[in-house]
Amino acid sequence: MYNAGKVIIGILIFLGLFTYPIWSPIVLGKAGPPPQLEKPDPAKGKVCVEATDYMRSTHMSLLNNWRDWVVRDGNRIYTGLEGKKYNMSLQNTCLDCHKSREKFCDRCHNYVNVSPRCWECHIEPEYKQQQAVAWRSK
Amino acid sequence: MNPWYSVLISLFIVIGLVLIALIGVGSIGLNSLFGVYIPYVAFAVFIIGFIWRVVEWARAPVPFKIPTTGGQGKSLPWMKHEKLDSPFTTGQVIVRMLLEVFLFRSLFRNVKGELRGGPRLTFASSKWLWLFGILFHYSFLTIVLRHLRFFTEPVPQWVQLISSLDGFFEILVPTFFLTDAAFLLAATLLFLRRVVIPQVRYISLPNDYFPLLLILGIGISGILMRQVFHVDLEKVKELAIGLAAFSPTVPKELGSVFYVHLFLVSVLAAYIPWSKIMHAAGVFMSPTRNMANNNRAVRHINPWNYPVKVHTYEEYEDDFRAKMKEVGLPVDKE
Amino acid sequence: MSLEGLPKPENLHIDFEAPQTDWMETPTTFRSGTFSFPAAPKNIKYMGMANPREWSPTEEDWKLPDNWRQIILDGLKERLEKFRSFRLFMDICVRCGACADKCHFFLGGGDPKNMPVLRAELLRSVYRKDYTLAGKILGRMVGARDLDLKVLKEWFYYFYQCTECRRCSLYCPYGIDTAEITMIGRELLNLVGLNINWVQEPVANCFRTGNHLGIPPHGLIDMWEFCVDDIENVTGIRVDLPVNRKGAEILMVTPSGDYFADPGTYTFMGYLMLFHELGLDYTWSTYASEGGNFGLFTSHETIKRLNAKIYAEAKRLGVKWILGGECGHMWRVIHQYMDTMNGPADFLEVPKSPFTGTVFENARSSKMVHITEFTSDLIKHGKLNLDPSRNDKVIATYHDSCNTARAAGLLDEPRYVIKAVCNNFYEMPENTIREETFCCGGGAGLGNDENIEMRMRGGFPRANAVNYVRDEHGVNRLLCMCAIDRATLTALMHYWAPDVEVGGIHELVANALIMKGEDERKTDLRGEPLPGMEDMEEEEDV
Repeated sequence: MYNAGKVIIGILIFLGLFTYPIWSPIVLGKAGPPPQLEKPDPAKGKVCVEATDYMRSTHMSLLNNWRDWVVRDGNRIYTGLEGKKYNMSLQNTCLDCHKSREKFCDRCHNYVNVSPRCWECHIEPEYKQQQAVAWRSK
Repeated sequence: MNPWYSVLISLFIVIGLVLIALIGVGSIGLNSLFGVYIPYVAFAVFIIGFIWRVVEWARAPVPFKIPTTGGQGKSLPWMKHEKLDSPFTTGQVIVRMLLEVFLFRSLFRNVKGELRGGPRLTFASSKWLWLFGILFHYSFLTIVLRHLRFFTEPVPQWVQLISSLDGFFEILVPTFFLTDAAFLLAATLLFLRRVVIPQVRYISLPNDYFPLLLILGIGISGILMRQVFHVDLEKVKELAIGLAAFSPTVPKELGSVFYVHLFLVSVLAAYIPWSKIMHAAGVFMSPTRNMANNNRAVRHINPWNYPVKVHTYEEYEDDFRAKMKEVGLPVDKE
Repeated sequence: MSLEGLPKPENLHIDFEAPQTDWMETPTTFRSGTFSFPAAPKNIKYMGMANPREWSPTEEDWKLPDNWRQIILDGLKERLEKFRSFRLFMDICVRCGACADKCHFFLGGGDPKNMPVLRAELLRSVYRKDYTLAGKILGRMVGARDLDLKVLKEWFYYFYQCTECRRCSLYCPYGIDTAEITMIGRELLNLVGLNINWVQEPVANCFRTGNHLGIPPHGLIDMWEFCVDDIENVTGIRVDLPVNRKGAEILMVTPSGDYFADPGTYTFMGYLMLFHELGLDYTWSTYASEGGNFGLFTSHETIKRLNAKIYAEAKRLGVKWILGGECGHMWRVIHQYMDTMNGPADFLEVPKSPFTGTVFENARSSKMVHITEFTSDLIKHGKLNLDPSRNDKVIATYHDSCNTARAAGLLDEPRYVIKAVCNNFYEMPENTIREETFCCGGGAGLGNDENIEMRMRGGFPRANAVNYVRDEHGVNRLLCMCAIDRATLTALMHYWAPDVEVGGIHELVANALIMKGEDERKTDLRGEPLPGMEDMEEEEDV
């Protein structure tokens, strides 16, 4: 091989870049485990508005639709799984079961690096409570 | 080969690949084949094949120093030297190469010659190919880097930054990435230019259309997955991290569109080393670009330089001695 | 030069429409005026090269050796292993088409196989068939095809329709150099005796006599002395003519075109006058009487065989360094090949101008300096007494030779000299000069009479730019520093731009050079009256 030094350096750079996912957890510390999401209180029921698989992959579209139907069409009733009716509300319906933004929403969102804009308008309950406590203690 | 035939056959192959993934996962349920084994094989072929090709090139020596000079070479001290286009030092060569690799500088030079009546030729700067090329390559790069969010936990800050910049306009839910649009647009334009410009159509082979269509297929399946047929990203990431750590778990419930996407990417990866896409590595090794124009100052060694039969002065004088003496030319042998 | 058979320029049909048939299906037709005649057997034989015989491209039987296919394929393999450039350029083209309209033969002829990308595909297709897995399995699907006689004939036609000018290489995003591909294509063709006489004869001549024209030493002395006489007529000074002189400081080597025919001779006279005026300690050589190297158009081995003379002669004569005249492809060889092939020239000294003390650092290793580097340094240091007004009848533009521009980067030295000796200088439009210069259409051995239509077509982009400055600025002189240019551009101008003459740079230097003890100059070197001298000439006539 001619110009072996330069070629080998080039190959090593190529290898380094394309095997980043393989070596980075070893070098930078093992990749964190998949997030453990806080399950809602069983008393609240065992099913969400739609099937779990559907919710895991498609909740963002569902919520986006809810917003449009409520805000633009004034419709507040959603017919979910097994014909059950729900109030289309993030704060009052979703967060009634999934109490913690941090332990439920954020864990997964951070894991896959998405930053939804829900919280630009909505206020999560735990945060609301903390604020209230902070306010009172002043 | 008839150009339309070339386009169609490439298109059929890509459609065939999509069907293979759809049937393989959707009907036969070969999830681990398409989710684990094929990606592993494709990645291995890509890495080993890529290095193989580079080594193959490196095994051939560079017998002569043949830079294409694009400007005034280094000469007299008071003459302005074009350092980038006629590099004299290694540093200058490196800058020339960086500009070539990152900004496609040679392509930026492009001028279009047009024939007018008379006949008369006119030349005008033509940056379209450069623009499509830059758009294509940089959006491709950004998309690849964005995908690191599936392979790393925690996701590095810079990957997050790229994603948030890429989704700057926050259109649609989930946010539509600008580079997705740029990528589809650029790949489409590159494809159209191949079909529309008669000369380019004339030189194009199925192996020019195929990678473009394959890449378009990857882009479309990716965008469909993001915007229409959502998949469980957490599961995707689990699979990705598992693959990278060589302990993959095959999720049962991942939409077919994911497997189509992954299969097309695998095919592309395995195809790269045997295709023109190797230009990515080749550009670094191109002797007309990566050598300094210091030929007369620094001797280049040709490893296979062999002695040749020459006509020596002695033989020459033997041929002409009498005549040389006649006209008074000095001779070595009387 | 026989332009009679050609249509008038305005009727020369240029068709960019691609043929209906796929390029692999489009047969090659050897149309008169678009190809060069084969090498005469004696010229092949003299060089000890393959398959000397009488043959004609237009005949069916090319009288090839029975195993010609194996010879070519073996040769291809050998070159893939010896030239990284070649192997890489076979592999990495993406067929983006950026090179297509950069080739002068394509622009002037419209034949798609003259697009550099397709010219290379002619060879790549065979490479793919035999050296890539995909090509072996998928064949035509991936642009691979068998090497058969049709392919070989196509190679001969199109590799002798490329002037190795490297313009496409400048625009290629990967620097793919068609000159490299053509050079190796021609090497392969040479293995089975497919060469053209206008290349092979100069090669054989140069090997035997030291110059392309086959002029023996006593013939050279005649020619050179004729130039000395001419100079005396113009200046009243009889200049020195040192030849084969041992112990001189400098060996001067120039292309034989410079002393063989007008307008090159005026440039040759220019050198003689300049060196005489300076009192330069130099010598010409009859053995190394050729700077040009038609080996470049034959094979790498032939380059080396011919080029070896220069260093050998420098060593024999005991000079300190070498000066090279105005030539194009000569400078590709001197700049990019000589030191590697025939160096190291450790018996020479780093060139240093005896008049300015300037050390030519850029020629530190090869020890060979370009005449415009030498002269521009002299002018910069005020060593020459110049009267540029003597060239006032000349309205000049400058044609960069492909090789000095794109294979050496000699761009501003000639311009500096021209501007110092000529008051009227206009550049042709950008995109046609400097590194983007267009070929004269007759380089790389294609400047022969039988190839005249292709030459006029290939030279069209260059001529077109000359026409532009002729119409805008009244340009009447196309300057160049290349012997092939001086020959081929003359015909080209005759066809496309009849009012423009062709000439070298040192012709103008000599016109402007005020020599010690010279008679009052009445004419330039061409015998044309100097500005303001027209009447005197007539008076004398009366």
